[in-house]
Amino acid sequence: MAVSQSGRGPNSLDTFPRLLLNHAATRGDRPATREKYLGIWQTWSWSQVAEEVRAIACGLAELGFKRGDNLAIVGDNRPRLYWAMCAAQMLGGVPVPMYQDAVAAEMVFVLTDGEIRFAVVEDQEQVDKLLEVKAQCANLQHILYDDPRGMRHYTQPGLQGLDEVIAMGRIHDKNQPDFIPGEIAKGRTEDIAVMLYTSGTTGKPKGVCQTHETFIAAAQSGVGFDHLTDQEDILSYLPMAWVGDHLFSYAQAMVAGFTINCPESGDTVMTDLREIGPTYYFAPPRVFENLLTTVMIRMEDASAMKRSMFHYFMAVAKRCGSDILDQKPGVSTMDRLLYALGNLLIYGPLRNVLGMSRIRVAYTAGAAIGPDLFRFYRSIGVNLKQLYGATETCAAVCLQPDREIKFDSVGKPAPGVEVRISDGGEVLVRGKLLLKEYYKRPDATAEVIDAEGWFHTGDAGFFDEDGRLKIIDRAKDVGKLSNGAIFAPNYIENKLKFFPHIKEAVCFGHDRDMVCAFVNIDMGAVGNWAERRGLPYSGYTDLAGKKEVLDLVRECVEQVNADLSHDAMVAETQIHRFLVLHKELDPDDDELTRTRKVRRGFISEKYAVLIDALYSGKTSQFIETQVKFEDGRTGKVAADLAILEVKTFPTMKKAA
Amino acid sequence: MSGRKIGEVILDLKNISLSFGGVKALQDISFNVLEHEVRAIIGHNGAGKSSMLNVINGVYRPQQGDIILRGKHHTNMDSYGAANAGLARTFQNIALFKGMSVLDNIMTGRNLKMKANMLQQAVWFGAAQREELEHRAKVEEIIDFLEIQHIRKTPVGRLPYGLQKRVDLARALAMEPQILLLDEPMAGMNVEEKQDMCRFILDVNDQFGTTVVLIEHDMGVVMDISDRVVVLDYGKKIGDGTPDEVRANPDVISAYLGASH
Repeated sequence: MAVSQSGRGPNSLDTFPRLLLNHAATRGDRPATREKYLGIWQTWSWSQVAEEVRAIACGLAELGFKRGDNLAIVGDNRPRLYWAMCAAQMLGGVPVPMYQDAVAAEMVFVLTDGEIRFAVVEDQEQVDKLLEVKAQCANLQHILYDDPRGMRHYTQPGLQGLDEVIAMGRIHDKNQPDFIPGEIAKGRTEDIAVMLYTSGTTGKPKGVCQTHETFIAAAQSGVGFDHLTDQEDILSYLPMAWVGDHLFSYAQAMVAGFTINCPESGDTVMTDLREIGPTYYFAPPRVFENLLTTVMIRMEDASAMKRSMFHYFMAVAKRCGSDILDQKPGVSTMDRLLYALGNLLIYGPLRNVLGMSRIRVAYTAGAAIGPDLFRFYRSIGVNLKQLYGATETCAAVCLQPDREIKFDSVGKPAPGVEVRISDGGEVLVRGKLLLKEYYKRPDATAEVIDAEGWFHTGDAGFFDEDGRLKIIDRAKDVGKLSNGAIFAPNYIENKLKFFPHIKEAVCFGHDRDMVCAFVNIDMGAVGNWAERRGLPYSGYTDLAGKKEVLDLVRECVEQVNADLSHDAMVAETQIHRFLVLHKELDPDDDELTRTRKVRRGFISEKYAVLIDALYSGKTSQFIETQVKFEDGRTGKVAADLAILEVKTFPTMKKAA
Repeated sequence: MSGRKIGEVILDLKNISLSFGGVKALQDISFNVLEHEVRAIIGHNGAGKSSMLNVINGVYRPQQGDIILRGKHHTNMDSYGAANAGLARTFQNIALFKGMSVLDNIMTGRNLKMKANMLQQAVWFGAAQREELEHRAKVEEIIDFLEIQHIRKTPVGRLPYGLQKRVDLARALAMEPQILLLDEPMAGMNVEEKQDMCRFILDVNDQFGTTVVLIEHDMGVVMDISDRVVVLDYGKKIGDGTPDEVRANPDVISAYLGASH
């Protein structure tokens, strides 16, 4: 249901608080937010949410929160944290959601850069982190916490429970009932609605400022495109600081008026997903990968009969599943019958286990998804689509229309968005949904938006013959081998990561004569594999160093090489040598971003010894690495890593 | 760190002696437990720690001695009486129902508080149902408190050891005890699991004001979390006091670092 925009002014639906009031008035009894608490799904209707938001806003105002202030939001997806965002917007302030798993030192940057005075946080853990860095953040005055557990003995000044703030706000609202309507009326659509810090694969994070106008436009384009109504259910479990979650769980929910569901805890997402059965679903490729890995592990443990049934019907699905989903002609009646039987026996139950029975549309974005992975979900009947965008463009630039899905493209430009390829092969975007600016960084803003208003995404891509955009890789990551062949590391890494045993991979090859790779094994999958073979191991490092495991990984790499050799474009970039890392790449060690993208530059510096060893023909290399534990302490992991050679294949010339 | 107030003597053990035939498991042991404190019993294998705990909650009956619980004398405590008097315990070698879910296991901890009679239970609808809902709500609070929501419906037998220990604690907490007896709550755990368990024990003590009596091998843990420590050695008490006092006690040092060990 798209929202009509009757011009500008205090009564049009062009800011989020006004949208909220409109929902409270038109669908007051429809569920707006659910959260599982003490084992029961608690529901708040739109009118209740509007009332809660209003109370939080009044409480914040009472504490001195003013127009133009920034409000930090730190925590897992909790209803009251979403409401606090809207409360800040009511007062003309700007919510700044932050990654909840960031360590204290990382928070300092955002807190000081964003001149944060007020922070709303989830629980004791986040309070402790903020108190730890408070001395370094001169502006930080008020820390408000959602969950009072364990907070009884905290006496620091400026620390308050959200409950108190809400109670205070209710009194304030009773005394000055005209205050909030006045503040909402003052809001303008071109005001900044939210500030999202970029994950920063390069350099320091930058605060991306998006206005109400842009985010509402981005949300409307998605809502219209996929015909979303107020009947949708969505599970909000991705970091609130990620633009994807903000678009789907906040902006689109506010525009279309559908229900967001907050899981009980980070560990229960799978169960909650099954209970809610969302109709609309959004996850980065990593989540889909992990789901597939879990399914594969559990299938390995199933009885022989179930296993053979699974494999038989998965082959059927691979052959015709996605064609049937796309309603393409040319699928034989026999295949249709088999698929229907498979749907009854395998795909249906499988979708149910994955919590995807009710899904109408599922999106993945955030990183390139392996075509095989993509095909798997579509073939079992999940309408998975790719979405292309960036924090700077409200996440939505290209969308894939129903029935026109191509595995290797991200689709056509969304309504109202212009996309062009620069001479250098970079994707440029222009339209309503561009960022207003980087916070206090006019230099950086000027760098990415040129004089004609084109935003430089930094991604390399091209349009195929049907006008669909194909993304190859980050432009700066695409390199050349010393013989001139194009080297797109992400492409190869995604192929590697499709194997359940491989969790992460980093390929090297720019300006070199061959491609080499670091591989991270998946502890769950390989651990299970080792158990079934009676292979003893003591921990990650030990398991990663086992000869049998290395052979297993080598087989995977060889398959990838065989795959690469079929495509003349990338046949030169087969992997010649690889090693299995002794520790998992981890955002706490700065090796991945908080959205779990590989930070190539950092890794190649940190593990320079290993790269040298890969290219100098050694067969093993000793390495000692410092690791950070979850509680912030550091320790060391050391290992002798074996370096393995892999078989490569001659390029296969494809006919035609 | 904590705002809890240590109160009066809640449990007083006087001259307890327990023997199995010729084996003197406990010899003339006296110590007391104050309300809201964390009290540890330490000692080597065979020192009599578990026997002591078993005496407190009525599994063993001491040949001699007096147990005074909140001013009431019990020469012979029986397990049912102990449970009714607000004592709950966990076990060294986890005694959960392996085939039952975590939720059902914790619900068994509420058994003593269920009032519906057999007929009502059989009909279930009505009184028994209302009662079950109430107890379930309480159990859910404990599940939330111990952060085990994700395994609510998992059979206990499928869980790793550290989590089973936590479920064991959850079941004991379901009784809403005034005194919680923990038999080696951290045995066989890795560092991270131990840290978690310490935090939960301190939280329980702090939030609910539950008095905790625990047996533990890990000296570091004991010294960190307990208010007072009793040291047993071959059935005799050789030390009693704050962690610092115990650490400085020459008898304790020689028992722990002496030539025989």
